[in-house]
Amino acid sequence: MNWWAIAAIYRFEMARTWRTIWQSVVSPVISTSLYFVVFGAAIGSRISEVEGVSYGAFIVPGLIMLSVITQSIANASFGIYFPKFIGTIYELLSAPVSFLEIVTGYVGAAATKSLMIGLIILGTAHLFVPMQIQYPLAMLAFLTLTCLSFSLFGFIIGIWARNFEQLQLIPLLIVTPLVFLGGAFYSISMLPPVWQTITLFNPVVYLISGFRWSFYGLADVALGWSLLAILGFTCLCLGAIWWIFRTGWRIKN
Amino acid sequence: MATMISVETVSKTYASGPAALTDVSLSIEQGEILALLGPNGAGKTTLISIICGLTTMSGGRVTVGGHDVITDYRAARRLIGLVPQEIALEPFERVQNTVRLSRGLFGLPRDDGYIEETLRKLSLWDKRAAQSLELSGGMKRRVLIAKALSHEPEVLFLDEPTAGVDVELRKDMWDIVRDLKARGVTIILTTHYIEEAEAIADRIGVINKGEILLVEETAALMKRMGQKQMVIELQAPVDAIPASLAKYDLSLGDDPCSLVYSYVTQAGRRPGITALLSDISDAGLRLRDVQTRQSSLEDIFVDLVKEPRA
Repeated sequence: MNWWAIAAIYRFEMARTWRTIWQSVVSPVISTSLYFVVFGAAIGSRISEVEGVSYGAFIVPGLIMLSVITQSIANASFGIYFPKFIGTIYELLSAPVSFLEIVTGYVGAAATKSLMIGLIILGTAHLFVPMQIQYPLAMLAFLTLTCLSFSLFGFIIGIWARNFEQLQLIPLLIVTPLVFLGGAFYSISMLPPVWQTITLFNPVVYLISGFRWSFYGLADVALGWSLLAILGFTCLCLGAIWWIFRTGWRIKN
Repeated sequence: MATMISVETVSKTYASGPAALTDVSLSIEQGEILALLGPNGAGKTTLISIICGLTTMSGGRVTVGGHDVITDYRAARRLIGLVPQEIALEPFERVQNTVRLSRGLFGLPRDDGYIEETLRKLSLWDKRAAQSLELSGGMKRRVLIAKALSHEPEVLFLDEPTAGVDVELRKDMWDIVRDLKARGVTIILTTHYIEEAEAIADRIGVINKGEILLVEETAALMKRMGQKQMVIELQAPVDAIPASLAKYDLSLGDDPCSLVYSYVTQAGRRPGITALLSDISDAGLRLRDVQTRQSSLEDIFVDLVKEPRA
């Protein structure tokens, strides 16, 4: 393994985060606060408890997932797309690094930033609603796995995208709706039976359900399915990236 | 001298378009400077990209320092530094950091002492904390060279290193290249500036339409293919070449008082200057001055890419 290369990529990518640290920190704090004002206070006050948890506290895991998923995709896709766009990817492709080392560096940095944001949101939420985390280690594990898997997915989007419009396409048109419809702000048990069945085809349901379980012990689907979904998604992304580097798809002539 | 780069029957056909390289074979010795000349689209950058791992070859084999660039890519790439044709730098990153990144990518631990030495040699030390976007075009090109040298490569590819830079910087680049050669670095450069190749290259390769037309030592190429001309200035004008001089390749000069004699300096052929001067005297023409001039590499290059191969 070329550990120096992994460290160099990681440091270089994290430097981008530190350059925009206020934007990185303030932005999620403001948006989280807005969600709490809108969903927690304005709408939430009209909704009774969900399965014994106040609505404000109930939406915290979903809210964290929403930010972490979108941030992971955005960070990782931009991280690899930008070198493609400005041409500096030549250096990466001509260096003695394997796909695994490149991915570890880029995805590691993207996931780190997302994890930081997730924890900042958690801290901000704590200011608005009293909440408990029943299984903190499981919560951290779910959060980390989500950051990693969606950073991998973002990395694929960054390689696939030919322009900035395409970079935004999948996150805006597919991922965000899937997160909103994945039980971020409600329990799927609140839906009519037909929609409950349809919702089970949404992979994000499993992530949010597992994550919420680590907070309150409540889950829409069995914990095993949640773990299987996130691990399966991670493996799928890793396989796709391996194929991309093996064939040079969209990165080599 | 040991072979540093071996290119064996390499071909490349892009998905959309004709063959970019056709059975290209080339051997580059350790410590030499090879200049690759060729018109736009000749295949120079494609060849470099294949050796460096940026482009996948359609067929053939390439080794660098004895390491196959596909099966043993780590060892092969560790030896190579690449200065690309296009200026590509992270605009918001600082010079020193971007050079550190390059060193790390090639598997070496951080060495600020070496990076300082490299930046100083390239007159970049004062700009080490500047963001790339603040630099001039020439400075950016120097940063690219610093990045390519950050991991102490044994082979350096310079793809059009002096394109668009001023004369002073170009001379600096030549000095850098000569210095690297003195340290034993093998250098392959592509250029449109033929005087550049003539001035610094040990050997010259000419590539056109994806085929290597020739690879030869610069001096030998000049000697073999360099045509010479002797301009004979006369004391009185002449209207036509005298019949007694018809056996010589003579033509009337632009000036009515001059004749131009073309000859080849190829080994084994006599230029016939002594006999010509004697016959001119016998023809009753009086000499005022004699000058010779040699065709430049540019003329040779133009002839090579224009003429179909024998």
